[in-house]
Amino acid sequence: MSRYRCPACGYVYDEELGHPHEGFPPGTPFSEVPEEWHCPDCGVRDKVDFERLP
Amino acid sequence: MSAVTSHAAPDDIDSGPAAAGTLNPAHWRDRKRYAWLLGLIVPLLPFISWGLVELTGLGVFWFYGPVLIFGVFPLLDLIVGLDASNPPDSVIKWLEQDRYYRWCTYLFLPLQYAGLVFACWMWSHGGLSTVESIGLSLTVAMVAGVAINTAHELGHKRASSERWLSRVALAQTGYGHFFIEHNRGHHVRVATPEDPASARLGESFYAFWPRTVSGSLRSAWELERVRLRRMERGPWTIRNDALSAWAMTVALFAALALVFGPVVLPYLLIQAVFGFSLLEVVNYLEHYGLRRSRREDGRYERTAPEHSWNSNNVASNVLLYHLQRHSDHHANPLRRYQALRHYDEAPQLPTGYAGMILAAVLPPVWRRVMDHRVVEHYEGDLTRANISPRAQARVLARYGPGTVAVPATDGGRSAGGVAR
Repeated sequence: MSRYRCPACGYVYDEELGHPHEGFPPGTPFSEVPEEWHCPDCGVRDKVDFERLP
Repeated sequence: MSAVTSHAAPDDIDSGPAAAGTLNPAHWRDRKRYAWLLGLIVPLLPFISWGLVELTGLGVFWFYGPVLIFGVFPLLDLIVGLDASNPPDSVIKWLEQDRYYRWCTYLFLPLQYAGLVFACWMWSHGGLSTVESIGLSLTVAMVAGVAINTAHELGHKRASSERWLSRVALAQTGYGHFFIEHNRGHHVRVATPEDPASARLGESFYAFWPRTVSGSLRSAWELERVRLRRMERGPWTIRNDALSAWAMTVALFAALALVFGPVVLPYLLIQAVFGFSLLEVVNYLEHYGLRRSRREDGRYERTAPEHSWNSNNVASNVLLYHLQRHSDHHANPLRRYQALRHYDEAPQLPTGYAGMILAAVLPPVWRRVMDHRVVEHYEGDLTRANISPRAQARVLARYGPGTVAVPATDGGRSAGGVAR
């Protein structure tokens, strides 16, 4: 399970937690998140901009 | 108020890199700190109007709300002047965690709804003439419109409590879908022909109004439909944030009509329409004519300071929680109002938002004041501007060099735009 961070606002997509409100249940891998998805908190960065956390 | 206006006070600290890290809150004082409390005058407007009517015996004071917003605030902007000072980078975090600033916005809500209930009582039992009742609805509309700005500040935050307060503030105008469309639609597509809430060069406010009102509604519905489809649900569920927000408005209006009688309903409708129109006229001026260019990979360039109109007029900034520092807001949407910064490179409006909304409702004045500023911003190259397809010929005849090819800006139906 990996974590990915929005470089603009610091929101973290944690695969373990998913984002149920956005329609990604816990355990949803980041690769299954649609390419056109934007940061749910700031809206100013897209999925491709997210940085994988070590 | 003059204490917060000067550019060059000795304690004015620039937030350049040299200053970063060398300061802490102990060495810096926020000169706007207590000015934010003045924003709470707006939700008190129905009571202030009543006080003025009682004091003078003149029913015309029920119209005090629009007089304040369209008359007094533009003048205050001219009198009080500008403040371009920024908090130093080193205090931004400290400034944002200070809960005092949050309470300045939270307190807006109980006053907003106290004013609405008071207005309902006046409409039903106050013995007002129809004209006076309309005056009071326009005053309430000013509160409702500025409440959308308060909702905007709250709706951008991570805390679910603040997001909930945002929806409560929007219930009065029936604009609950704004909280969805603005955060997940407007911020993504700002300053592109695809964004219903970014006005185009040559587009009058009256042409923009139906496009933004219907476009924002459709956008919010579509965003929710897509989100719910990922959860394998249809859009007709209370989990649809747009539907649940509108339900809040229906419940609110129904409760007020039950308590005060159906006589309040037409006035509630008037205040809602003029309230959200006040928001839309602010939307109109925030990005007028500005456009992000497309990169070679087809994506739009990132939103930069040059894609929003800004103003440092103190009076409007205090009224609107620094909304006029709009470039920083689009770069850092979660940043709290008290910490928003002025950018030297951002395009500046000739006066505050209060004066500019007055120009916006008078299209010939608006064109005279703004069109040449867009032309100058793009150094005469209007291929880079967000031009209204309908006004393209007229704008180019007046300002265009006549030699440049103009890209198709057909309202976003094509993936047009110039690759740069």
